Amino acid sequence: MDVYRAIADPTRRAILDELVDRSGQSLFELCARLTMKHGINSSRQAIAQHLGVLEAAGLIRTRRVGRSKLHWYQGDPLKAIAERWPIATDERDT
Amino acid sequence: MRIHLAGVFVDDQQKALRFYTETLGFQLKHNIPLGEFSWITVVSPEDPEGTEFLLEPDNHPAVRPFVDAIVADGIPSTSFAVDDVHAEYDRLVAAGVKFVQPPTDLGPVITAVLDDTCGNLIQIQEQKPQP
Repeated sequence: MDVYRAIADPTRRAILDELVDRSGQSLFELCARLTMKHGINSSRQAIAQHLGVLEAAGLIRTRRVGRSKLHWYQGDPLKAIAERWPIATDERDT
Repeated sequence: MRIHLAGVFVDDQQKALRFYTETLGFQLKHNIPLGEFSWITVVSPEDPEGTEFLLEPDNHPAVRPFVDAIVADGIPSTSFAVDDVHAEYDRLVAAGVKFVQPPTDLGPVITAVLDDTCGNLIQIQEQKPQP
């Protein structure tokens, strides 16, 4: 899964927004935030699938903390995009 | 019809009784020995005649796989109402309680999720005043 396809979906972008707001969330907390703050009422299974796509693209990582599986945002793939197409370019000077 | 009893499965009833009374602040209502296990319920001191909360032994083989699976996804076994989630969070953290989710503003409610040390995650929830 490439990063462009991963962030093409609005639900997956909302997941990243919430993980930036607080790193290290469980599936339960993410689903509560998506429902209450974004009006996204997808099933837990659907959100878990979205998380799988984001993880495959390197945009999140997961780790078991205690007995729960938590999710973290990982910005490296987006940093790579910004480096590939830098924000400061010659076109501003012309 | 009324709800008079709810509860959770716990891995150690005496440890659970200590946590739910001494740490969370509920009151013992019944502690009836029944052989290997006991019938133990607690109530809120704010509502001592209200709904009893049962601390049920988790010895049935189906319980651990079920609870482990929901804990893995961070799903609480139940939820308690509090007046002020942030104040309860501060009080319980000072008492050594581990939270898997700190107080989180979800619009109409503020929630937090703690580990009851007996196998369960427990949500506490503050209902905001309706506009």
